[in-house]
Amino acid sequence: MKRDGKLKIKNLIPAAVLAVLLTLPYSTLSIPGVFDGAVNTPGSLQLLALCLLFAGLAVGYDLLFGRLGLMSFGHALYVAIGAYSAELAMKDMHLPLATAAVLAIVIGAAVSTLLGAVSLKGVGKLGGENLGTVGFAMVTLAFAQAGSILVGRDPKTTGGEEGLPLSTEKVPAAFVGVVNTVNLYWLALAYLVLVCGVVWWLTGSRVGRVWQAIRDNERRAEVLGLNPFRYQLGAFVLAGTLGAAGGVVHLLVTAGATPETTTTDFTLALLVMVVLGGSGTRWGPVLGGVLYTLLDHRLGAVATSDSVAGLPAVLRIPLSQPLVLLGVLFVLVVYAVPGGLAALPNRVRRLRRGGGAGPRRQRSEQHRLGVVEGEPDRPHPDRVASEL
Amino acid sequence: MSTLVLLTLTGLGLGALYFLIASGLSLIFGLMDVLNFAHGALVTAGAYAAWRLTGHLPFALAVAAAVATGAVLAALIETVLIRPLYSRPKDQILVTVGLGLALPALVQGIWGADARQLQPPRQLAGTVSLLGAKVPTDRFVLIAAALAVLAALKLFLGRTRYGLVVRAGVEDRAMVTALGIDVRRAFTLVFAIGGALAGLAGALGGVYFGSVSPDQGTSLLVFGFVVVVIGGMGRTDGVALAAAAVGLIQQFTNYYAASGLGDFAAVAILAVVLLARGNRDGIQRLIRRTA
Repeated sequence: MKRDGKLKIKNLIPAAVLAVLLTLPYSTLSIPGVFDGAVNTPGSLQLLALCLLFAGLAVGYDLLFGRLGLMSFGHALYVAIGAYSAELAMKDMHLPLATAAVLAIVIGAAVSTLLGAVSLKGVGKLGGENLGTVGFAMVTLAFAQAGSILVGRDPKTTGGEEGLPLSTEKVPAAFVGVVNTVNLYWLALAYLVLVCGVVWWLTGSRVGRVWQAIRDNERRAEVLGLNPFRYQLGAFVLAGTLGAAGGVVHLLVTAGATPETTTTDFTLALLVMVVLGGSGTRWGPVLGGVLYTLLDHRLGAVATSDSVAGLPAVLRIPLSQPLVLLGVLFVLVVYAVPGGLAALPNRVRRLRRGGGAGPRRQRSEQHRLGVVEGEPDRPHPDRVASEL
Repeated sequence: MSTLVLLTLTGLGLGALYFLIASGLSLIFGLMDVLNFAHGALVTAGAYAAWRLTGHLPFALAVAAAVATGAVLAALIETVLIRPLYSRPKDQILVTVGLGLALPALVQGIWGADARQLQPPRQLAGTVSLLGAKVPTDRFVLIAAALAVLAALKLFLGRTRYGLVVRAGVEDRAMVTALGIDVRRAFTLVFAIGGALAGLAGALGGVYFGSVSPDQGTSLLVFGFVVVVIGGMGRTDGVALAAAAVGLIQQFTNYYAASGLGDFAAVAILAVVLLARGNRDGIQRLIRRTA
């Protein structure tokens, strides 16, 4: 009985978080150190919209990394396809935003189907046991790099290093201008809700259990008569499509298609978010996405501040490069907090109970396999929640 | 004819660069299952070491310093960061990802984001006439360096005790450990060799492109990956052939099709090889089933 009560509270958490996020634009609260002005000012709302967008992108990326154990290094490609296709469709084909967005998402789906099939064919064909992940990583990276080169080498179409400004005349007035930043916030929130809805629903369904079986042991899943390739490709296409949709949102929130969305660093940022928050968990990628975006912006502000400029070179140089700090933070998280921030409450609880040493080994083994959520003797929380 | 000679030698020069990067990657991966995303950062470190010292020291010494920089950094990374994560292969890769982000950013913080001119010595700056073509001398240096490395690697792996341990470790790490051989020392050694090759690639890449920049290493790393996948993991000869092929195809496509298309051609070959390999497996399975 007690357990049932607990689970109901657990089911209320997403609703509570959503309620807070929905009311946030009406808040006049000011959080010094996080936002420059009150929460309802355009500057803060813009940053919040970016946080929600990246949280959504991270959840989509974790569909591959955390749920299927596929280490894709080319996810940026689909975000870039979304942003650039939508912008080009508006600029060159004179389509309205909605049509351009649909077209961009369809292109994202088509490209991810094609490249996913090729990348996954390469998995496991490179020799021994767990080479699959690594081959997949290299191949997806190579494809994404080709996209990045295309954007860089064809400045007439893509704007090269400058990127493309948003064709505002094709976009509904509600999404244009500083006064309408709040609408971009709603849009980003809607995207996050959509991605979480799709990913969480699928991981709780039969498909999610098959994904878990494939992630834990692909060969065993195959012996059971499942076709891992089909499920992996399905997840890859879904992640690519959601990524392309995120690209369209990125285009609107940042008011343009930027070549940064094509770079490997963009994919690596998503990877860092997921690992920081906790891969394969419900809230980890969301948390990681929000935290990383906030950190990235605050560290950028720190870098240009006067107090840093006055420091000796040994401190000034690392502090002036957000990526140095994020890279170091990432390494520290991998070391000190395996399983990410989402695993922290469980770890603290276990330490309090005094059983710190025993399950730890099991845990690291689990983490190696990509399983980071839930305790071994209890059913997967996501699954319990879905079966009720 | 002269264009053909020039394109071939330039392509082979680029291939030599790819080989230097890919052989280090493939060696580390083959033995330790670690996909080293910090490898590009080591290339950058080597390039900047060579750039800083050129002009102050004889060029050969500047290159030697680049090699040493790569080797020392790689050995440090292995002992301090990779080794404690021995039982967590995925986390080992993640740590190298973090380093691959942080190190080039640090280089950028110190020396700026712009490309820096690397002035090679006079002996390397000129051209050599060959079959009517004026070929830049550095192409020959790159090809010679790659051939020397290929020979040295083959000798090391085939004729020395450590090479034997490394090769055996690639085949079956558990068995080698069970025989009482300390594989960990071989790990550090292999990482240092990989780093040294990355440092060399960085310095020679600076000569080939005429400049060094913080993200040069990372963009070369991508082609290193392409070459490793095409050539096969842990196969030195395969990697060498694949590197030459990718470099040549890239140069010829850039010249005869359109500039910039060469990079696509490299990725396209990768896709074709993967599909062909996948199908070959499928065909073999079909034969087994019908037999």
